[in-house]
Amino acid sequence: MTTTVIPPDSPPSPPPPPPAKATPTRPGDKIFRGLSRGSGILLLVVMASIAAFLTFRAAIAISGNEGNFFTTFDWDPAGNPPVFGIAVLLYGTVVSSVIAMVIAVPVAVGIALFISHYAPRRLASPLAYVVDLLAAVPSIIYGIWGALFLVPYLGGLNSWLDSYLGWTLIFDKTEIGPARNLFTVGILLAIMILPIVTSVSREVFLQVPKMNEEAALALGATRWEVIRLSVLPFGRSGVISASMLGLGRALGETMAVATVLSPSFLFSGHLLDAGGGTFAQNIAAKFDEANEFGRDALIASGLVLFVLTLLVNGAARLIIARRKEYSGANA
Amino acid sequence: MAKRIDVSGLSAFYGTHKAIDDISMTVEPRSVTAFIGPSGCGKSTFLRTLNRMHEVTPGGRVEGKVLLDDENLYDSHVDPVSVRRTVGMVFQRPNPFPTMSIYDNVAAGLRLNGSYKKNELSDVVEKSLRGANLWNEVKDRLNKPGSGLSGGQQQRLCIARAIAVEPQVLLMDEPCSALDPISTLAIEDLIGELKERFTIVIVTHNMQQAARVSDRTAFFNLAAVGQPGKLIEIDETERIFANPSVQATEDYISGRFG
Amino acid sequence: MSQATMTKDTAPTPAPVAPSLAGKRLPRWSPIGFGALSLALAVGVGLAADWQSKVQWGLIAAILFVVLTFIASSAVEGTRQAKDRVATSFVWVCFLLAIIPLASLLWVTVSRGLKVLDGYFLTHSMAGVPGFEVGGGVYHALIGTLEQVGLATLIAAPVGLLTAVYLVEYGKGTLAKAVTFFVDVMTGIPSIVAGLFLLSIMLMFNLQPSGFMGALALAILMVPVVVRSTEEMLKLVPNELREASLALGVPKWRTILKVVLPTAVGGITTGVMLAIARIAGETAPIMLLVFGSQLINTNPFDGAQSSLPFYIWEQYRVGSEASYDRAWAAALVLIAFVMILNLVARGIARWKAPKTGR
Repeated sequence: MTTTVIPPDSPPSPPPPPPAKATPTRPGDKIFRGLSRGSGILLLVVMASIAAFLTFRAAIAISGNEGNFFTTFDWDPAGNPPVFGIAVLLYGTVVSSVIAMVIAVPVAVGIALFISHYAPRRLASPLAYVVDLLAAVPSIIYGIWGALFLVPYLGGLNSWLDSYLGWTLIFDKTEIGPARNLFTVGILLAIMILPIVTSVSREVFLQVPKMNEEAALALGATRWEVIRLSVLPFGRSGVISASMLGLGRALGETMAVATVLSPSFLFSGHLLDAGGGTFAQNIAAKFDEANEFGRDALIASGLVLFVLTLLVNGAARLIIARRKEYSGANA
Repeated sequence: MAKRIDVSGLSAFYGTHKAIDDISMTVEPRSVTAFIGPSGCGKSTFLRTLNRMHEVTPGGRVEGKVLLDDENLYDSHVDPVSVRRTVGMVFQRPNPFPTMSIYDNVAAGLRLNGSYKKNELSDVVEKSLRGANLWNEVKDRLNKPGSGLSGGQQQRLCIARAIAVEPQVLLMDEPCSALDPISTLAIEDLIGELKERFTIVIVTHNMQQAARVSDRTAFFNLAAVGQPGKLIEIDETERIFANPSVQATEDYISGRFG
Repeated sequence: MSQATMTKDTAPTPAPVAPSLAGKRLPRWSPIGFGALSLALAVGVGLAADWQSKVQWGLIAAILFVVLTFIASSAVEGTRQAKDRVATSFVWVCFLLAIIPLASLLWVTVSRGLKVLDGYFLTHSMAGVPGFEVGGGVYHALIGTLEQVGLATLIAAPVGLLTAVYLVEYGKGTLAKAVTFFVDVMTGIPSIVAGLFLLSIMLMFNLQPSGFMGALALAILMVPVVVRSTEEMLKLVPNELREASLALGVPKWRTILKVVLPTAVGGITTGVMLAIARIAGETAPIMLLVFGSQLINTNPFDGAQSSLPFYIWEQYRVGSEASYDRAWAAALVLIAFVMILNLVARGIARWKAPKTGR
């Protein structure tokens, strides 16, 4: 028996270990290889069982649901009859994440360009470090900062938006109250995903080959034109996947939303009115009072969130993988 | 369209390290001037000071004057961006914009300026590609990416891109060092044609190449590693190779060092 | 003769009709000047319209600045330069935008946290302290965090390390590809979903909340981070080292254990510490699986525990001044813990970098 023979058509991705001769297998090798392989398999098993367990419990909940899981505007699994639906949660999750993306992506690209191409060289790496520190702050701390500091602060901005952009309807504030709304949640989420989008974009921008930038410079391009000609085309797919990673974070964020939002199961297009909810926030808010069936209902909503983030992250990874092939072909 | 370059008392630095020291020379219009010398003698650095690319390198700094027909490139009111439009450059490794087609690569410099008409643009692209002896090879695939060409073709594409904006001077930093002999020959022929229209400065490691393509040759040297590079002499190419006035030049050319 | 020889051919070139090199430039002080002008205008407008939020003042100032710069620059220097200047100011504004929340968050946390943070706070639990009154402390939560994070690390570090070893040293074919893909996917799992997964197991097997269940969820979040960073580090180990060891007749598993892993140990440690810092701040799984407690419970395998992030959430929900103060103090402790881990981790990375780099 030989175990270390490499098939000739093995994929090129990890640096291949030195070609080992076909030797009789040592017990140590066998054990170690088995252990490391086992860990890899364990991860797959965990992933599979996450999907399986969530689906199983979600099925229990949905079969007991008297409402429509996708269209009901209510969450009352303890009621008689039990009724719950994710319509409002899906809407709130998507809207707050979209607001976060609209704010965060341009700013993150700007910061990434600042660090990679504008900042004085001595400042660049401390700045990159500061941005990484933003990523290290736990989300619950963003949450209480958002609720106790940002919310009162945004009151003025809200009434300003209301009076000048109220005609757009989405910025029409129909009730008086603190800014515990989806718009504030979006801003807070934007701040939270800023570091991840920034650091991935920055990495890509720094990889732009020097000679591509010099080509533009030697043609008499201004700094902005160098960025437009060389840096942005090279980094576009990287920025897209960075944004999707950020989106994945925003979709699943729990504590920051739970602290800031004043939830309700009313469906409203007015972003500045308190209310709405997200998947993760709803789980945090409803968990304490939920009985076993209520928990299954929450698990069902969590399954939707799981699938959503899976799709977004999978897409981001695919783009990154495609980009690797592309740049490798040109190296 | 060709200008004379007058350099006087020029030194260049990387941070605190002095890379070249007190260089003065004149580059004649419509001729090819070759820079030769051992590695690290500062000839590429010097070349990059002629279109203010040196200051792009972090810590890069220049002292002295470079006159382009009486206008000092390093005057405080001079915009480095317009300097680089006037003095084009071709790099050691071909560097077409990887995401652009062949056509867009050549048109890139013109598009930056914004003032062009569409048919004018395609005329300039064709003229430049012809000028770079590349037209016949690529005219059927102008919309294919420039990175799909061979190394020699890519380098000629870069030359076409550089001459499309009608510069006064064309700087070439070892343009053939990454190419095979046949592509090298094509580029050398091209240089011979281009000097009718442009002032050309070429850095090369290959002394036969300097002898083949240049009218005048400048020899650079450095006293020791870590010392700044200096201009030893500049003269007619024939004189430099046949009967140089400095011993070090003769030693270098005859292969005694470097 | 180090001077350039004079040339014979000195015929003057025909004066070409080329654009002058010296484009007209705005004076050097212009950004500061425009900045001051637009700030003054914005303050004027803000005062006149009596806007409360300084954010609006800032927005007006920023917009004015960009517009003024663009108009002046395109009039004097041309459109290209104007665009360049606008891009530069946009990039600067972005950077300032990122600094403001970080500075504000750190400032608020430190200034409000220091109000009640003292030795008493760190060494006492909330036992017998009503939420809306002053007093009590964070000791039970500290114990909980340390135990849960410690257990999670004990599970996640070996699994993550071995998986990375598998991917780099052994892995090929479908299994390795699948593992790589799902490690990436796992990185994106929201922490609340990891919590729900273990919650569904608890519901199935009728288990009680405990620190250990929370640690399992944290381990799920930690493993992919460890795998990724370890993989990167192992790939940096040059193949020559492996070959040198194998050529000496050392079996592969001993080569990995004695040569490859020690070479990369600095980077691996950094990765594990950053992963710890990440999970130490997770609240959602603790909320679902550990349940929270006011009392000191040192046994993570039996009964509810607290943890620092959960404590902050709990105190925030009480909603009194005293509980807000405790929440900020606990936030300060948590931030300090996470930041110190980060700093030490990066310190190790820098200190060990030259060895793994070559």
